Amino acid sequence: MKPAPFAYKKVRTLDEAVALLGEHKDARLLAGGQSLIATLNMRLSQPSLLIDINGIGGLGGIAHKNGKVEIGALVRHAQAEGNELIAKYAPLIARAMPHIGHPAIRNRGTLGGSIAFADPAAELPACLLALDGEIDASGPKGKRTIRAQDFFKGLFETALGPQEVLTAIRVPAAGKDMRTGFAELARRHGDYAIVGLAASARGDGKKLSDVRLAYFGVGATAVRARKAESALAKGDIDGAVAGIELDPLDDVQATGPVKKHLAGVLLRRVARQLMEPVS
Amino acid sequence: MTDTALDISLTVNGERIAERVDARTTLVDFLRESLALTGSHVGCEHGVCGACTVRVNGEIVRGCLMLAAQCDGATVETIEGLSDAGEVADLQTAFEQRNALQCGFCTPGMVLTAQDLLKRNGTPTRDEIREHISGNYCRCTGYQAIVDAVESVAQTRAGGKT
Repeated sequence: MKPAPFAYKKVRTLDEAVALLGEHKDARLLAGGQSLIATLNMRLSQPSLLIDINGIGGLGGIAHKNGKVEIGALVRHAQAEGNELIAKYAPLIARAMPHIGHPAIRNRGTLGGSIAFADPAAELPACLLALDGEIDASGPKGKRTIRAQDFFKGLFETALGPQEVLTAIRVPAAGKDMRTGFAELARRHGDYAIVGLAASARGDGKKLSDVRLAYFGVGATAVRARKAESALAKGDIDGAVAGIELDPLDDVQATGPVKKHLAGVLLRRVARQLMEPVS
Repeated sequence: MTDTALDISLTVNGERIAERVDARTTLVDFLRESLALTGSHVGCEHGVCGACTVRVNGEIVRGCLMLAAQCDGATVETIEGLSDAGEVADLQTAFEQRNALQCGFCTPGMVLTAQDLLKRNGTPTRDEIREHISGNYCRCTGYQAIVDAVESVAQTRAGGKT
């Protein structure tokens, strides 16, 4: 199908984007467009205006500062995939990147767009949750920072206000004891996951602490599996699998019980990754 | 200050183009309908099949997931451009010789994606080839012959360099 008619405006500043969002209540921001334009083509979304934010300066950087890694909203997946700072200080994000879409999608899709879209089966929201990351947003009242755990509110729903623009994401820079794990099951490489798991922990030999497990593709948002986290911190993998307190709904890809079973399969794979000391 | 139609100027296959486009026109529809470059195909129109793959500023993208309006000032290359320039002649020959196409609908996108891989990684493994073309659907061949064709070109090109 073809999109319904809309107007298009390429803005140069955040203020311009925020003002236009105020004037046009059903406007949508266009970043990478890899989800948005698909929904426009399918007429699942029919905004009156697309505000193209790709011309705004200062949203495309990757920096390591104050113990954190900051990634600008317009950094594209392909750029993050090959970035040395991300490989070194945000290894979970580096691990997740190859699973996101396909090369042609990763050349356009942005990290900020993926977070703001909040697809429940997407990799990055779960990574942010597993890393206790945060999100910067700018709106009519200025800038604010939102913790990932407070950001994802529901199905495609975030804490962003109607006039707010996501400008950057930030995650704690990995130290020497940082461990990460990532696994997902999809019918075809690069497709949305049937179930996926992003994880971080501190490790000392095989012993883990501060375990954070974030599942995706199992509910309205990415979710932590807290009982499994504490079991894993005690080294009890079987207990962790038994303690996965998820109750996934059926979807087009798999039934709830199948997803729950697969969540256990992924946990065993990710536990192995977490328990491997970083060389 | 916001428009449903826009004037854009861009370079397509080396040629300067200036056109007025509807904001809602996707890049692949613009290429096919305004410029009659019908080598880029329209398949699923939601980024799944890869038949519309083209190059924008040197990188492969989904032609159905970019608007023509976004390509103002861009350099776009399609299968027609790559083909005329001879850049993918060896891939085209290998696809033909190894029966890596039947109906041919996916072939332009497949060739652009394969060329993208070979430019970055001269000697990919079969797994790497499969992963790189994972975003391009082929409903005829079962992929085996496509992987064979890409692998043979990679080997020939690598051999030619040493």
